[in-house]
Amino acid sequence: MKKQRLFIRTMILLVLGAAVVYTLYANFTKDDVKKVAVGKKAPNFVLTDMNGEQHRLSDYEGKGVLLNFWATWCKPCEREMPYMDKQYQENKEEDVQILAVNIGESDVVVNEFIKKHDLTFPILNDKKQEVQTVYGIGNLPITFLIAPDGNVVNVHEGEIINEQVVIDMIKEIKP
Amino acid sequence: MKEVKCECGHVNPHGTVLCESCGLTLIEEKAQGKLHDMRYEGSARRSQTYNKTIVDKIWNFFSSVKVGVWLIVITLIASALGTIFPQEMYIPTIMTAAEYYEDQYGWLGKLYYDLGFHNLYSSWWYLVLIASIGVSLVICSIDRVVPLYRALKKQRVTRHESFLKRQRLFTTSASENIDASFEKAKENLAMKRYKIREEDGNILAEKGRFSRWGPYVNHCGLIIFLLGGILRFVPGMYIDDMLWIREGETKVIPETNGEYYLENKEFTLEVYDKEKDNEAFSDAIENAGMVPKNFQSDVILYKKADDSLPGEEAKLEQIKEYNIRVNEPLKFDGYALYQTEYRLGELSTMTFTMINKKSKEEFGELTIELNDPQTKYDLGDGYSVEVMSYFPDFEFNESGEPTTKSRIPNNPAFVFKMFSPEKPEGEISFVAIQQNLEPFGDNEYQLRFSGIETNDVTGLTVRKDLTLWLFALGGFIFMIGVAQGSYWNHRRIWLRRNNDEIWVAAHTNKNWHGLKREISTILEGTGIDEPLDQLQEKENQDSEIKNRNHE
Repeated sequence: MKKQRLFIRTMILLVLGAAVVYTLYANFTKDDVKKVAVGKKAPNFVLTDMNGEQHRLSDYEGKGVLLNFWATWCKPCEREMPYMDKQYQENKEEDVQILAVNIGESDVVVNEFIKKHDLTFPILNDKKQEVQTVYGIGNLPITFLIAPDGNVVNVHEGEIINEQVVIDMIKEIKP
Repeated sequence: MKEVKCECGHVNPHGTVLCESCGLTLIEEKAQGKLHDMRYEGSARRSQTYNKTIVDKIWNFFSSVKVGVWLIVITLIASALGTIFPQEMYIPTIMTAAEYYEDQYGWLGKLYYDLGFHNLYSSWWYLVLIASIGVSLVICSIDRVVPLYRALKKQRVTRHESFLKRQRLFTTSASENIDASFEKAKENLAMKRYKIREEDGNILAEKGRFSRWGPYVNHCGLIIFLLGGILRFVPGMYIDDMLWIREGETKVIPETNGEYYLENKEFTLEVYDKEKDNEAFSDAIENAGMVPKNFQSDVILYKKADDSLPGEEAKLEQIKEYNIRVNEPLKFDGYALYQTEYRLGELSTMTFTMINKKSKEEFGELTIELNDPQTKYDLGDGYSVEVMSYFPDFEFNESGEPTTKSRIPNNPAFVFKMFSPEKPEGEISFVAIQQNLEPFGDNEYQLRFSGIETNDVTGLTVRKDLTLWLFALGGFIFMIGVAQGSYWNHRRIWLRRNNDEIWVAAHTNKNWHGLKREISTILEGTGIDEPLDQLQEKENQDSEIKNRNHE
């Protein structure tokens, strides 16, 4: 009788406790629930760069991909661009690709930006804003590090403050 | 902990105050008053009897109604505090939250921010409070409903004299013909729809017992409601997103895995017209100015018909055309699109005419799509214009260079190069709204502003809620519980033979006045005296004593 009561009470408290713990856990991780999470496969896409060349993410499997989202009016984006461009030149021969996706501004604006900063690496334009919707892009800039197997290994939110950060990023995704 | 055997032979759980069966007082100290506390039928609330292990201690804490009430009071106060200043999600993003609160509300705002009240409703301690209320609700209910159920189930017809005497309504009356009185009373009780049980010639008449379960049914509803709240945190159960589409644009609907697309054909904002609408309102319309009548987006819903990737041209299959109005969402596949926002008159195109500054002669027009300008516009006959720079949302930055604040063409500005047969190398001019600057001041040609077109943008809320039915169910069960507990009363009348006397006692969980009136009709013509209200009598006596003392 007494044992049974203790058992029932313990079970009820455990069930209630589990519900409370789950709620708290879910509440604190809800901001981290990104559409593209670390450890998950990066959603595939096809975008055309400013030279008219198509880039399909899945074609880069076997290579590490640094995928950056940016806009011309975003000051931190403007500051970090040269670091990425420099590292693109350094790693051209390596199995690493750097892609920067503009969030769908007009070609005039993007081209002028490329000219102004003398950028040489592929700048893609998400004209229909589909890729940024799939990736759940909110604040800019944001950089996804994709391993050779196509899985996201890291997400860097905000500005890349110096070139060393890009070097470290590339180390993380190099095959 | 031993069970307690009453002199009537019934075995009661430890801690029982009044025997479940006959009502004899088992624990004298707990039943000292002149009247019995009948709230839980004198049953053994389990929490008050065992207090051994840590599990029991936690259980007992949450089982206390006092604790439950305090939890509710604290939650109410906390919820109220959260409304003093706006929550973080509603403040503008012009500066960090810490700065904003101090800037707007001074030291109080700073304190508010430091204490974490800017994000109160999702703070851990607020959630713990709500969760504790839920836990308290469950445990309080279990701890009371089980013993109550037992006590009501086990109750005997013949109750102990001491039990009857200490009911609020009680009296004894002598009667010559007890049998006849009882027969008449039974008849009357049956007429009042009482369930009558007899034992040794004594009567227990009872009705509306199910009213006692009202509060517990009600709590079940609340718990289901809370479960709905928890379920919203489960991924995929609840979606609340925003979709902005310009007129003429087709966009993928977020959170649909790229499956659905929406085209915005037209957005309309209708206002009341004092000429056309009901005359009675014409004054009101005049006073209030613009009064919106309808917000409407005419849309077409598409489904992706191939497995194209994001960024690729997708093959779209039209699903349906619909006019989304406020409270008339477009519903599909568990999703709903609600009309919630709009931007009127966003610039969409600008038209310029190239003229000779002196002769004013025109050499053709160019219309620039502001969301995607071309780089070159050929006007024919050797005249053309090149767009060198474009600033959709123009401003000068700190170093005095022209820049854009966003991609939305709120304030478009251009740097043009104009080519003409006379000036094949081109002339540069900077054109913004109501501005036309020439770097060298010696241009022969000019682009004269000749018109704009605007476009409306609709803002739709994308909502999916698979938890709503739980809230509805919880609310419905809650209301059943409320009705059950408030529109029915649990009434019991005991009639007991005691030698030549008839003892009458009665109890109800609420509405004593109703019970008294009912008893007076039941006992009419039976020769049995109506029971006296011992509580009222005592009050009367007390006030009499008080009055006497005053004199």
